[in-house]
Amino acid sequence: MTSGILAYGTYLPYRRLDLSEVAAVAGGGGGRGTRTVASYDEDTTTLAVEAARGLGPASSLWFSTTTPAYADKTNATAVHAALRLDPTAPAFDANGSVRSAVGALRAALAHADLGGSPRSLWVTSDVRAGNPGSPDEAAGGDGAAAFLVGEGDAMAEVVGWGSATAEFLDRWRTPGDVASKVWEERFGEGQYLAAGRAAWDDALKSTGVDTIDRVAIVGSSSRAVTQLQKQLGIEATTIPAGIGFAGAAAPALALAALLDAASPGETVALVVLADGADVLLLRTTEALEGRRSDLAAQAAGGGPIAYGTYLRWRSLLKAEPPRRPEPARPSASAAGRSGDWKFGFVGSQGDDGTIHLPPSPLDGTARPMADATGTIVTFTIDRLAYSPSPPVVFAVVDFDGGGRLPVELTDVDPADVAVGGRVELTFRKLFTADGIHNYFWKARPVR
Amino acid sequence: MTSHGIKDRVAIISMGCTRFAEHWDKGTDDLLLEATTEAFKGAGLTADEVDAYWLGTAQSGMSGMVLAKPLGLEGKPVTRVENMCATGSEALRQAAYAVAAGAYDVAMAVGVEKVKDSGYQGLNAFPIPTDGTNRTLTAAAMFSMVAPAYAQRYGVDPDELRRALARIASKNHHNGARNPKAQFRREMSVEQICGMPAVAGGLSVFDCAGVADGAAAAIVCRAEDTHRYVEDPLLIKALSFVAGNGSGLTDPSYDYTTFPEIVRCAEDAYAQAGITDPRSQLAMAEVHDCFTPTELVLMEDLGFCERGTAWQQVLDGAFDLDGDLPVNPDGGLKSFGHPVGASGLRMLYEAWLQLRGHAPDERRIATVGPGRTMALTHNLGGYPGEMVSFVGIFGT
Repeated sequence: MTSGILAYGTYLPYRRLDLSEVAAVAGGGGGRGTRTVASYDEDTTTLAVEAARGLGPASSLWFSTTTPAYADKTNATAVHAALRLDPTAPAFDANGSVRSAVGALRAALAHADLGGSPRSLWVTSDVRAGNPGSPDEAAGGDGAAAFLVGEGDAMAEVVGWGSATAEFLDRWRTPGDVASKVWEERFGEGQYLAAGRAAWDDALKSTGVDTIDRVAIVGSSSRAVTQLQKQLGIEATTIPAGIGFAGAAAPALALAALLDAASPGETVALVVLADGADVLLLRTTEALEGRRSDLAAQAAGGGPIAYGTYLRWRSLLKAEPPRRPEPARPSASAAGRSGDWKFGFVGSQGDDGTIHLPPSPLDGTARPMADATGTIVTFTIDRLAYSPSPPVVFAVVDFDGGGRLPVELTDVDPADVAVGGRVELTFRKLFTADGIHNYFWKARPVR
Repeated sequence: MTSHGIKDRVAIISMGCTRFAEHWDKGTDDLLLEATTEAFKGAGLTADEVDAYWLGTAQSGMSGMVLAKPLGLEGKPVTRVENMCATGSEALRQAAYAVAAGAYDVAMAVGVEKVKDSGYQGLNAFPIPTDGTNRTLTAAAMFSMVAPAYAQRYGVDPDELRRALARIASKNHHNGARNPKAQFRREMSVEQICGMPAVAGGLSVFDCAGVADGAAAAIVCRAEDTHRYVEDPLLIKALSFVAGNGSGLTDPSYDYTTFPEIVRCAEDAYAQAGITDPRSQLAMAEVHDCFTPTELVLMEDLGFCERGTAWQQVLDGAFDLDGDLPVNPDGGLKSFGHPVGASGLRMLYEAWLQLRGHAPDERRIATVGPGRTMALTHNLGGYPGEMVSFVGIFGT
């Protein structure tokens, strides 16, 4: 039995930057259309969680981003904790470059082929900034996508791979920098076209496939992508407008778009142009029907964010901090004791049925609540409290089926909050102190 | 539950209270010395003649040594207590119980807070290491949720309620303007307060207590011994305390229009003191007006009026200085600010002055008289849904 794609999900952050706002501030750059923007309380780890929620249990997790929240420490373990995967399921980072995402997928598939580990979770996410006014800022986008792969009722089966590895400098970034540097684009364009052709040929040759119905090509060099599309002459699926190049998440987002567009029984190809090229050939099955993602709808949604706020969120504009004491760093040992609550949003239930959030030490039953929806009972706007992006919007939420929690709201404009509003939970970063990212859950409107 | 109380067994024989202000030129030691010196002098006692001390401070220092050092106490038991915003009252409660138990003849309760050395506006809690999932909302925002909930439950027009809340602040400013120890001594009209921009929910900064440094002290002894020190002591009628279990935060039936911890605490205090109708039996009350909606709800939780009627009674002036039941005749937290460890004893200081006829003419209440010789002081600490409550009753 061959490995394949069992399920997939995408996540685009709520905010959209209107690129026409850029030039007036940055003196140039920007352009037409919008791009996705991760909120101040999101990072690549939280984006990854949002994309992978609901894909079901997995026996391994492979996470890729070019912008990891932590170095030295694995980021995939926080995703693992938020998804409440079994401790026996290993979770690994394959971070730093766009191409690491391809490697992570190959590792996930390989791991799934091992006996006893039939399902791997491939999760990719990125937050793409760039200098104000830069092409990377305008062409980039923030987002995440996750695939459950392995043996089973696959909606697309893996046919094979082709690769061409090449060492050349088309772009590079010193760890810690916001922006990448790029060599003259014509150079990279030529390198990628050659690598793309070579990997394509390798894929066809190694699999014996001669007809490809549909292709999705991604890479940071948009000119190389366009040129290769022309040369291949195959119907090309592109990531929906308004997302932008999402770094290490771009291959998975492109694959999602490809599967969203494909019909059962097609042979489709994903081509990733990053430090060479990789080609993945898949054969879609009848199982694809009814299990596609809502990426196009997500891309069409969202709410605006002013360019100044965007710059502040990315620390590209140093604004006056709130005149309140900065929050203390969370305790690693305290967080370690309450991992199910902090990362998994698991409350407790007493003998009388009462649900406690956070869990009560007197209750015997764990009650996972991350997927619960609820109703705003009352709310307030706090312009005094410390927040990385004031004001704090805060609500008392009663969850359907029981349980109440006073909780911070996110992805919401204060004027739009109302008693009776419906909310769901989302994994976020409350603040960062002493380099510690304080992950926990917030509520956002059901949209 | 048994709660016997210590009615009429322990008395306050002297008090001291600093001016509450942004004391840039005074530290914790200076404030402690000023408040205790006034108290020692009033009773004709030296520091050494007081057998034991309870020091209330939320975050101006650790241990009884914070008091022992500036007072130069030799071999004295000094206990530092903390119970959130009821810290000062808690110090008194412990000192009074120690005397009632017979452990000591004379004890002092001192409360102090040096707030203005933090470099930030407002009160900022000392961070205790946590898993990071705790709320970081300000108290103002938490209490702001009371106002819309109250308006909804009782069908009060939000603008009318806004005026009632402003009326509370205006009343307290009016009283504070007549108190030389208050931080703010300027009257504020209802219109001025209603015109301020909201900072937390519908609350403006003028709906919030001020922030000040200060200290206050009380000396207690057994009731039968008071004649040795003063002619007109103040008897402790009731001391009640409830620490909430936080269930209001997670209980879907909690509606933010009442503070159940305070209802329980007041019931206990009234039982200890033998009070059946607080509105007519009390001559005054000092309540914890940290935010204007808090004082509104307290009028009902403390049994001063029926549920859903406090807003109207506030507008009618029932709790004014010349009202039916003066509330916060000294100006309250609104005018004094809230040096956490000191506030409870500052409230008692007003009862000490008013019940014994020592309050200055410009703010002396007219309700004290035959059959009305008792005052109530009240603190709360925490937030709607999770708070501690103190209620004390004192009488001549």
